[in-house]
Order: sequence, then structure tokens, then C-alpha cells
Amino acid sequence: AGPVESRTEAAMSELVPEPRQKPVVPMKPMGINASLLGYIGIDTIIEQMRKKTMKTGFDFNIMVVGQSGLGKSTLVNTLFKSQVSRKSSGWNREEKIPKTVEIKAIGHVIEEGGVKMKLTVIDTPGFGDQINNENCWEPIEKYINEQYEKFLKEEVNIARKKRIPDTRVHCCLYFISPTGHSLRPLDLEFMKHLSKVVNIIPVIAKADTMTLEEKTEFKQRVRKELEVNGIEFYPQKEFDEDLEDKTENDKIRQESMPFAVVGSDKEYQVNGKRVLGRKTPWGIIEVENLTHCEFALLRDFVIRTHLQDLKEVTHNIHYETYRAKRLNDNGGLPPMAVETEENHESNL
Amino acid sequence: QQPAQFTNPETPGYVGFANLPNQVHRKSVKKGFEFTLMVVGESGLGKSTLINSLFLTDLYPERIIPGAADKIERTVQIEASTVEIEERGVKLRLTVVDTPGYGDAINCRDCFKTIIAYIDEQFERYLHDESGLNRRHIIDNRVHCCFYFISPFGHGLKPLDVEFMKAIHNKVNIVPVIAKADTLSLKERERLKKRILDEIEEHGIKIYHLPDAESDEDEDFKEQTRLLKASIPFCVVGSNQLIEAKGKKVRGRLYPWGVVEVENPEHNDFLKLRTMLITHMQDLQEVTQDLHYENFRSERLKRGGR
Repeated sequence: AGPVESRTEAAMSELVPEPRQKPVVPMKPMGINASLLGYIGIDTIIEQMRKKTMKTGFDFNIMVVGQSGLGKSTLVNTLFKSQVSRKSSGWNREEKIPKTVEIKAIGHVIEEGGVKMKLTVIDTPGFGDQINNENCWEPIEKYINEQYEKFLKEEVNIARKKRIPDTRVHCCLYFISPTGHSLRPLDLEFMKHLSKVVNIIPVIAKADTMTLEEKTEFKQRVRKELEVNGIEFYPQKEFDEDLEDKTENDKIRQESMPFAVVGSDKEYQVNGKRVLGRKTPWGIIEVENLTHCEFALLRDFVIRTHLQDLKEVTHNIHYETYRAKRLNDNGGLPPMAVETEENHESNL
Repeated sequence: QQPAQFTNPETPGYVGFANLPNQVHRKSVKKGFEFTLMVVGESGLGKSTLINSLFLTDLYPERIIPGAADKIERTVQIEASTVEIEERGVKLRLTVVDTPGYGDAINCRDCFKTIIAYIDEQFERYLHDESGLNRRHIIDNRVHCCFYFISPFGHGLKPLDVEFMKAIHNKVNIVPVIAKADTLSLKERERLKKRILDEIEEHGIKIYHLPDAESDEDEDFKEQTRLLKASIPFCVVGSNQLIEAKGKKVRGRLYPWGVVEVENPEHNDFLKLRTMLITHMQDLQEVTQDLHYENFRSERLKRGGR
């Protein structure tokens, strides 16, 4: 194998899916390469797993949190290049802001390159929009824990499903208002509470209201505030698996995040290409242009390189933490295993 | 070559989650694989030699073969050895569970109790770990596959073979293997294979079934799968000695009348067995997890233990 590339570089070069390889295990010994007389074929197992992942498809659940008007729905649509958010499901812009935080989950199946994704976007209208926003994160925390509970109940079933449906929130995009000053107290409270139960990725919304200098300064200030307040956003330092991960993630944590993004689902013609953007009298803001905003970085980070890791941290860390707590509360025992219909018949 | 839509990843509409299998790949390569293979069969059927040949290693470096007198009092032992094999960056942690003493005693009635207890113990341990508080480092020692060695000297299955396989076919994936195949001519092999398959069906023994190739696989793979399925049970010869034959060095056995080449598909099914094992390693693990383990678990939980 060659020198260790950074994960992003490797991912970029692998963006073009390879044509499916034939299984390599030879039926006849190949005399040309003498060392092949000592070849077993263990590496072909990887190819089998890849095929399996493609066939099975996967679930991905992403939550968006932030005040109304910060462009959450548009951003999600831009991320998945599909109309997948609440905005596109019959939601009316003139609808009144709800009096409490509501949780709205919308599911879609999208396919790309033979890989099927069941994407669920969980929107949280009403967050931060009231006069008194005390504890407005509680319905969100409750929803997240409810999904862990659902999964746990399935897991302890006596006759359990081969693939337990996964409704747990894998990623929570938290939208920061581009004030240019600092985080708001509500931002800190939310992230303090929720970073313990879910992967939070802070995002600076509507970044086209800041100049490059303002953006850099604001990002620095936000990073400092998060650090001072002990908020561990994703990718959390303590979960870096090895040196390769750490180097990669340090760069993201200390330089790129929080991503300053602009979203759009409108296309314009720029230099002969169709691009997603926002048209203003002083120019067209190109969403996928890295010199204009960091949307492409966010997209690559969440989808192209860290998608699997987001799911794994949710399953191996956050879910396990919830489970351990539930077990401890229950005196070290799992919640009652559920019997099937057999139990009920005896009650007739 | 590559479909046009992927030549420019920035094609409108390209999101990039098609890259997920690569992400999973990367994590799998880092983690490596674990696999536990059990070998069961009478002494002297070439089990150890075969395992060494399959994985090009020497799992039994200081082996002392006991004489008959020593074997009289011996009960079945369970000996597990683990070896780490790496190929092209992919690590496999292979555990081979050997069962010396099986079939040796004059009265073999209790032969398989030890073996079944071992299999159940691994399930029990996994169930316990899975239900525990700290699940970060669960080790999977469950037996994913059992090679059952059938003697080539008989006329089919012996009563012990039948009883044993029936006792474990709901607990582990059984792959029947006819050992020391070089004592049989090709015709004799075909006859024996058919006889054994008939007896397996007659007694309702459930052996591991290779899944059919999916419809979107290429023709070569489909053909390979068909060939593998048609060759069960595999007739194998094992050897780690290099013999000079036809100008090259091959693994084989040297007889006055010729050389039996281990890796020659015309001489025996060794390569087929190895191919089957490698290409179905993941499936063997999944069937163990989804079928055998889940059966064990639901029985256990119904009985009310925790």
C-alpha cells in the first residue's frame, strides 16, 4: 500500500466508484507470480462487504435545529440535491410559528450509484422563536432519547428482527445566526445539553451576510466560546480512533468548523455552467464554490467522508451511554424482554 | 468503462453518498475480521494438515501424536489456537478449534457432549457480554463454521457421523468434508459423494447451504457458485510439502506412481473448499449470528435465565 493519504484526499479520489471487481480467488494456481502460490484471498472479503453494503442500503437520520428563517430547510435540500425537507412537503411559509417546539420527521428514499439511502430529515420548528425560550431544547432531547429507547426495546426482544429499524438521530446540524458578534446564550445552553446525547455539527447560517474577514473572526470567536464552555461538537476529540483520524479531525475542528454556509435550490448560469446559487444585484453567490462559502466542505464532511462514522459514534457511544444509564436505573437488568403473542393468549 | 455520469463528480444531482461503501471498507480494513472454525473428525483423517494447507501456516508446531494406549482413557478435548493472517492490508484473526479425541474411544457415546458444551458456552458468553453494561470490546468467539471430516474408507456416513451432525446442525454451520481423497479414484469419489448426500437428506441433517449467486452478479461468479454447490461434500487432500512436479514446485504428496497436487482442481476439491470458505466467510458469520445464535438466545430467554 502507498503512503497514508488523508481521509479527505482519499475520499475525493474514490468519489468515482470503481467498476465492480470479479472475485479474485483463483481456481487454478497462477504460476507467473511465485508469491501467489501463497495467496489465500482474504482481501476479497472486503469486496464482499462492499457488495453487501450496496445491496442492503442504509438509514440516515439528520436533525436540523435553529431559529426560523435561518435557511435550515433550504440547506438540507441543497445537501441532498432533492426536495427532502419540510419546506417541500406542503409546508406553508405563512404558517404561524408554533407555540412550542414541534418535532417533524420526513422520510425519503434516494438512490445514487446503486446505493440506496433511506433519509429522514427531522425538523424542529418553534425552537428559539418564542419570547420565553427556557428549556425549549427539552422536546428535542426527549425525541432523541425516545429513539434510543425504541431501539433498546427492539434489541432486548426475545424474537428480534434481523435488522432493527434505526430511527436514532445520527447528526444534528445546529444553525448559528450570523450576527458577527458571538454565540447567543440559547446556543450555548442547547449545545451544552445536547452534545452529550447526539452528534452536534454547528453551522453558521446565511454566511453571505459576512465578508471574508468578518467570517474568519466570527468563526474564531465561536470556536473559542465553544471550547471555553466545554462543548464537544462532532468530531469529538475523545473518539478519534487512531493517529490518522486525529490528524484529519484536528484540522477540521481547529480550522474548518463551524462551517459557514449558504444554501440554495435555484440554479443560475455562471461561466457556461449551471450552478446552485443566490442572485443579488452585486453578483451571484455560488453555493458550491469554496471561495464563496463552505457548503461544499460541509457536504463532503457529512456525506462523503464521515457519514459512516456519524452512525458509528451514535451507535457505539451515544446509544451505549443511554443504554448503560437505563440498565443502571433498572438495577443492572435490561428492561423486560417482550414476549410475542403467546403471552396474551393465556389471558383470554 | 465507467458510466458517463461519474466522470464529473460535480454533475448536478451528484450528492456523494455513493461513497458510503468506501467508508465502510476503510473501517473494515482497519478493524480486520475474526473467524472461528471448528474441525471435527476421527484421528488421522488429515484435519491438522488440511488446516495448515488452507491457511498456509503451521498451527501445530510442537505436536505429539499419542499412541493407541494413551487414547483409551482420553475424553474429547477442545483446543483452540488463534493465528493472525494479513494479506494486502486486510487482517484476519482466525481461531481454529480442534477436537482431539473425537471418535477415538471404544465407546463414543459421550463423544459429542464436550463439543456441544463448548459451542453453547461461546453463545452463552456472547449473550452475557451483549447484555452487559460495557459493550465496547465484545469478542466474538462463537463458532462460525464446523468442518466435519468423513472417512473415505467407509461406504458413506457412519452412525457416529449421523448422530453428531444431527446434534449440532441447529447450533453451527456444518460443512462436510471427505478427507484423504487420494485413496479414492474419481468414480469412487462420485459414488461416495452421492451416497453421503442421500444419507444426509434421509436423516434430515441440515448442512450449510451456499446461497445462490444474485441475479446481478457476473457470469463467472454465477458459474463458480454453481460449481461449488455441485461439488459438496468436498473431497480434499492436504499437504504443506513442496514437491517438484512437471518442472515447478507444488504442494503435494509424492507416491511411487505419481504426485497428487493439492491445488490442482483435477486432483481434488481443495481449492474449491478454500474458495468457498473465503467467499462465504461473511455469510457464515451472518447465518451464525442471525440463525444459530438467535435460536440459542430466544430459547435461553424463554427459559428465564439472564
